[in-house]
Amino acid sequence: MLELTSHADSIVEISLSGKWTLMAEPVPWPRLVKDLERAQVPLKEIRFDCRELIEWDSRLLTFLLKLHAYAEQNDISFVGEGLPEGARGLLALSLTVPERKESSPSDQGPSLLRMLGEWTLKKYQGGLLFTRFVGEWLIAFGRFLLGRSSFRRSDFSYFVQSAGADALPIVSLISILVGSVLAFVGAVQLQMFGAEIYIANLVSLGMLREMGAMMTAIVMAGRTGSAYAAQLGSMQVNEEIDALKTLGISPMEFLVLPRSLALILMLPLLCLWADALGILGGFFVAVGLLDISPLEYLVQTRDSITLTDLSIGIVKSFIFAGVISLAGCLRGLQSGRNSAAVGQATTSAMVTAILLIVVWDALTTLIFNRLGI
Amino acid sequence: MAFGDLVIQQDLNFTIQRGDVFIIMGSSGCGKSTLLRHLLGLQSPAAGRVLYAGHSFWELDEHERKELMSRIGVLYQGGALWTAMTLAENVALPLQQYTRLSPAEIDELVAYKLSLVGLRGFEHYYPSEISGGMQKRAGLARAMALDPEMLFFDEPSAGLDPVSARLLDDLILQLSESLGATLVVVTHELASIFAIGNNSVFLDPESRTMIAQGDPKVLLKYSEDPRVRRFLTRGEEQ
Repeated sequence: MLELTSHADSIVEISLSGKWTLMAEPVPWPRLVKDLERAQVPLKEIRFDCRELIEWDSRLLTFLLKLHAYAEQNDISFVGEGLPEGARGLLALSLTVPERKESSPSDQGPSLLRMLGEWTLKKYQGGLLFTRFVGEWLIAFGRFLLGRSSFRRSDFSYFVQSAGADALPIVSLISILVGSVLAFVGAVQLQMFGAEIYIANLVSLGMLREMGAMMTAIVMAGRTGSAYAAQLGSMQVNEEIDALKTLGISPMEFLVLPRSLALILMLPLLCLWADALGILGGFFVAVGLLDISPLEYLVQTRDSITLTDLSIGIVKSFIFAGVISLAGCLRGLQSGRNSAAVGQATTSAMVTAILLIVVWDALTTLIFNRLGI
Repeated sequence: MAFGDLVIQQDLNFTIQRGDVFIIMGSSGCGKSTLLRHLLGLQSPAAGRVLYAGHSFWELDEHERKELMSRIGVLYQGGALWTAMTLAENVALPLQQYTRLSPAEIDELVAYKLSLVGLRGFEHYYPSEISGGMQKRAGLARAMALDPEMLFFDEPSAGLDPVSARLLDDLILQLSESLGATLVVVTHELASIFAIGNNSVFLDPESRTMIAQGDPKVLLKYSEDPRVRRFLTRGEEQ
């Protein structure tokens, strides 16, 4: 593989033989340095003899580069004439541009304190940005009400369909299951007191006031909110949003408004649908597993709920729709210009939406409770 | 080559010799990139075969196909670097997949490959942090990671300024001479075609087949087909 021959005048000739390919074993570098130091003192020049070299690839070049750096460091002249012509060309090419010493923008290892400070600032700025975004959305909505917005009606219809009719199957399935689970859990407890009939109250109130709106919102955050973030994020990557801006079209009006209006319109309707199917799920469990007649269950349901209960769920779902669509669109518009950033935007949209949904739900429940509604 | 019933190109019959700088040329929409996809095994031909030293991509088993793929390097039109990875990780991935080298050896190789394209010291940069021309060069470093015998380029100078395009052409030539690799270049840039090509095929969108084959410089001098002449003289000879 490698042999050193000392010559007079402080010259060492390195004879390379055999295969110098990635598949072959590398020459141990520390041993070679030791041999070099031992071979000639003082060492002034390194030459090569490659007559016995059968095959070579990048393995030879990485070796030569290391040797070249060593020679430069120790003021030894590196004479590459004996090397194969191709290797000489590649070596020259790789030495043409000197190494850049600056580190990359993302390569600065920050201290813990700095990280904490940056995190706080980021969250603060995130909050400001969301507030500003909501403000801009309200202005755009105002322009829409005045008939001055510029989005395409066909886009709006498409989003209405995708956030409405297309979401029906999954919302239906989840609602029936949630209604059944509520009935199951309640049945075990209520049977102990002989009060099975109150399953109807539990299911209908639970669905109308809480679960209908919340479960629909969570499903839509995963299904539609993240889709909005991904759509706008990839538009950001392809510079489509810049193209809109340079045409004087506001992305807020053209992209965000139709999406959010579609969801704000559809989520309450889906919530109503989910309420009904949740009650149906409870009905199946109550009638199928317990000795409650269908009529009894329906009468008990009718008596237990009021229009206020229904309105609470609907009001919540309006707010949830706003939160989901704005979080999705904001994260999409904020996305960086690469595929990983789009993924992050989608995840972030989901997390923001679900967090705000749960916080908002807890807050409203508390407020309604205090107000006695 | 076809998409469903739509025939893109037919009756294509040509051979690329070892060491060739082979140009696939033709006007926009003639199917150059589609032909490249067929050569790379990304799309199977509707009829006919693509043979590498007598072996067809689609008749090899998985192991043989992987072995063949490891001998091919591709520079995609936009560089196609994986944006979530640094330049070093981009170049290292093929080495990690196909070789059993130690991490230290891979680092050395990555540094060497990046130095070949003038990007030494940019190891920890993400593709989004460097310019388009640098992304192309980094893509080239990745394409060469495994010392491939065949290098494919899809519009290498697209989106580059004339100086950067010329530098990239020079780099491609220098590399092909030093590596002794076979190069297949899809392009419609006349400057590149004459600067680097020594063999070519000309695809015509109307007749949907190849209408010329050979060294582009020879074609410019001797081809009598008006479509080829019009293309090679930038429409100056009608």
